[in-house]
Amino acid sequence: MANITKEEIRKPENLVYKKTDLLTDKALSYCPGCGHGTTHRIVMEVLEEMDIQDKTIGIAPVGCSVLAYDFMNIDMQQAAHGRAPALATAIKRLMPEKFVFTYQGDGDLAAIGTAETIHACNRGENIVIIFINNGIYGMTGGQMAPTTLPGMKSSTSPYGRDTHLMGNPLKMTELVAQLPGTIYVTRQSVHTPSNVRKTKKAIRKAFENQKLNKGVSFVEVVSNCNSGWKMTPVQSNKWMEENMFPFYPLGDIKVNTD
Amino acid sequence: MAKVVGDIVIDIEKCKGCGVCIPACPQDVISLSKNVNGKGYNYAEPVNDDCTGCMNCAIVCPDGVITVYRKKIE
Repeated sequence: MANITKEEIRKPENLVYKKTDLLTDKALSYCPGCGHGTTHRIVMEVLEEMDIQDKTIGIAPVGCSVLAYDFMNIDMQQAAHGRAPALATAIKRLMPEKFVFTYQGDGDLAAIGTAETIHACNRGENIVIIFINNGIYGMTGGQMAPTTLPGMKSSTSPYGRDTHLMGNPLKMTELVAQLPGTIYVTRQSVHTPSNVRKTKKAIRKAFENQKLNKGVSFVEVVSNCNSGWKMTPVQSNKWMEENMFPFYPLGDIKVNTD
Repeated sequence: MAKVVGDIVIDIEKCKGCGVCIPACPQDVISLSKNVNGKGYNYAEPVNDDCTGCMNCAIVCPDGVITVYRKKIE
C-alpha cells in the first residue's frame, strides 16, 4: 500500500470513470449542486453505452436547462416554452428511425406545457420525456410552480403555499400514468450515488422502450434547487429527502412494456 | 488477498464547490479546500490516501469534474 505512488495509479489502464465525451467541455451554467448537471451526464452516458448518439435527437426546453444544446454534444433542437412534446412528436413522425427525447423542467412541462404533455402522452407518441421536478421556477428567481409543495415558501408564496388560495400541487407523473399512451412511467432522483445508478437504469429502459414502438416513456427526476430554496446543496438534498419524497414517492408507477 | 487502491483527479477550475461529493464518499477522502479557484469557489480536493476508487463521488458530481482511477494490488 505504502509503496505505490499516485503516478502508478493514475495510468490510462487504471481509468474507471471519466466524464463522457458526449458532454462538451463548456462549464455547465447551473448553480453549484444542481441536479440538472447529474441528469445531463447520465442521459449522455446512456446514449454512449447504447451507442445511439448519432441517431438521437434531443429537445431542449425553456427554463434553467434552455442551454442544454450547448452541453449535450448530440443533435438538439430548441422548442418554444412548453412545446417540447409537440416538437418531439413532429420529429419522431418524420424520422421514425431516430431516438427522440425531450428534457423538460417543471415550469415547462407542468405549467405552460401541460396540454402538450398530456396530449402527447395520450396519443402514445413513441418518445422519451425526461422531467426534472424541483418544485420551483429556478431560472426566473424561485417563484411558485404548479409542483410547489403545500406550505413551501417561494418568492411568490413567502408565507408558504396556501392550497385554498393557490391550489394544490400537480403530480404530473401519476397523471400521465393513467393515460393509455404511456408504457413506462417512473419517478427517480439523483442526490445520492445509489439513486443516480437507479435513475440511469430507468433512463436506459426508457430509451430501449423506443425500439418497441408502443408509446411514451416518462422519467421524472425529483431534483433540488438550492438557490431557489435558499439552502446549501447538501442541506437541500436533505430537505428534499424529508419533504419532497413523502409527497413525490420514488419508484416505478407504470411498467407496461410487454 | 488482493487489495484495491484508487485515486481521484479533480478538475479544480471547473469544480463549483457544491460539496455533494463529500457525504457520498465512504472513506471521507474529499474536503473543500481553503483556497479558491478562478471563479472564486472553494474547490473540492482529496485530503488522504484512503481512496478505493468506488466512483461514488464522480457519479454524484453535477459538473462531472472528477476522474477516477483504480488499481488492484496482488
